[in-house]
Amino acid sequence: MSLDAANSLIENRVVAGLDQDAKIAQSPLAVRGLTVSYGEKPAVFSVDMTVEPGQMTAIIGPNGAGKSTLLKAALGIVAPISGRVTIFGRPLAEQRARIAYVPQRASVDWDFPTRVIDVVLMGLYRELGLLGRIKGNHRARALDCLSRVGMADFATRQIGQLSGGQQQRVFLARALAQGADLYLLDEPFAGVDAATEKAIISVLKSLRAAGKTVVVVHHDLATVAEYFDNVFLINTRRVAEGPVAEAFSEESLQVAYGGRLAATQIDQLARG
Amino acid sequence: MSGEEFVPLSLTPMLIGVFAAVACALPGNFLLLRRQALIGDAISHVVLPGIVVAFLLTGMIAAWPMMLGAAGAALVAVVLIEAIRRLGRIEPGAAMGVVFTTMFAFGVLLLEQSDTSAVHLDVEHALYGNLESLIWLDATGWRSLLDPQALRYLPVELPRMALTLAGVCLFIALFWRALKISTFDEGFARTMGIRTNLLGLGLVITAAVAAVAAFDAVGSIIVIAMFICPAASARMMTNRLEAQIGWSVGFAVLAAVLGYVLAGYGPLWLGGQDAVSTAGMIATVSGGVLAVTAKCGPCRSRAGAPAGV
Repeated sequence: MSLDAANSLIENRVVAGLDQDAKIAQSPLAVRGLTVSYGEKPAVFSVDMTVEPGQMTAIIGPNGAGKSTLLKAALGIVAPISGRVTIFGRPLAEQRARIAYVPQRASVDWDFPTRVIDVVLMGLYRELGLLGRIKGNHRARALDCLSRVGMADFATRQIGQLSGGQQQRVFLARALAQGADLYLLDEPFAGVDAATEKAIISVLKSLRAAGKTVVVVHHDLATVAEYFDNVFLINTRRVAEGPVAEAFSEESLQVAYGGRLAATQIDQLARG
Repeated sequence: MSGEEFVPLSLTPMLIGVFAAVACALPGNFLLLRRQALIGDAISHVVLPGIVVAFLLTGMIAAWPMMLGAAGAALVAVVLIEAIRRLGRIEPGAAMGVVFTTMFAFGVLLLEQSDTSAVHLDVEHALYGNLESLIWLDATGWRSLLDPQALRYLPVELPRMALTLAGVCLFIALFWRALKISTFDEGFARTMGIRTNLLGLGLVITAAVAAVAAFDAVGSIIVIAMFICPAASARMMTNRLEAQIGWSVGFAVLAAVLGYVLAGYGPLWLGGQDAVSTAGMIATVSGGVLAVTAKCGPCRSRAGAPAGV
């Protein structure tokens, strides 16, 4: 190799590295070399992810593939063994106010003695702080978030009296109250009725229209192409990442699901 | 009853009982919702050997050595539980049960062997305290409450318990919003920057301080009853945490006052001779309150509640 060729190779690499850095700085959520383990076996292994700003991204993969764990580690809910997470190019601790999170509905005790509006008001914690008083305008905002998900009439209900779909909408309303730039949702469509699914997707689309970024852990392969711009396929390791048209392919699905999908299913999805 | 009789004989034990009951009931609300209700039970068992050792080393029952002894015992318990769980490959629940009972039993043996006759520390007091004997003989009536001379001889447990209660109230008032959010949804709380581990630890320490302070005056029976019964009764009365706290305080006060009165006069009304154990009666009343609310409370049957048998 000539000296010139070597120099240009190095230059290319440096430029590529700078490109990477610029991408990370702009990305609402960038993850590098993330490894998380609950026991001896890693749940997420050395994952890189770069979420595109202002778009809707689905994280998909089979059960136990580490989808939720990836999200939780990115949010600092579980501690990773290694890896780096940046939110809009800055460390998580500085950017908490720009993140909203919707956990899995089944992860909380819905018998907890509280009302719908009180759950939504929890989304204002960062604004109110430990001791700030809840005033009329806070309540008005919480009610507004509830009406955006069609739940305004349920504001004073005890949360245990709601159906699963209604509970999921209350969780979404709480995330809306957080007024974030990046929305992370863990299986928001799991076990909800069709009306709720429609309501949630229309809220998420309105967020995207307002320039917000939405990342959803998703399990229903049939709706990926319809709902999302980008897809991130994971099975402990990253399998594929990119626009749905490219990354949501037969090969990557086959790799992610390890032959657990019948060929006909994949065929259907590819055409769907 | 006249002030001359009530103030010296009944006012202080009643107040100490009320303060102890409320100090345990307040953190009990959160422990119950976090499914850690038995932590109060665990604490009151584990701390006994620590308190006894602290007494043997210092020769007196004072607040700081007791707290330190209790904290040391709690630490030993944690280490033992981990060791048994890992070395014996026993499930955590069983490991805890073994450690709690063993440490309590060890504390009883230690008490029996050591000369504690000079102070109110023996097996009986460990179980049901010495509430009846916390009287204020220097008082002559209501006016003694304004008499500095008489106030100097207030039983030391009263200001100690009042201070503990104030500390518990302060912790819960200060961290109310964070406690509520992290008890309901810990993951969400963390994403907002709430240090849920520290907060949970703070809650357990608060409960432990309340338990140790109450232990000396009212014994472990009340501690166990008061962590669980008022909060569980209160949950049947309302679907709002704010109101639940209020109800639990009300039930704790009711149990302490009614228990005191029934223990002192109940047997006489029934034609008996002696009074019965105040601590035992307070715990019994709080159990009775729970039974009534479980049958008649407006929020006893809830869609999302754990299913009954």
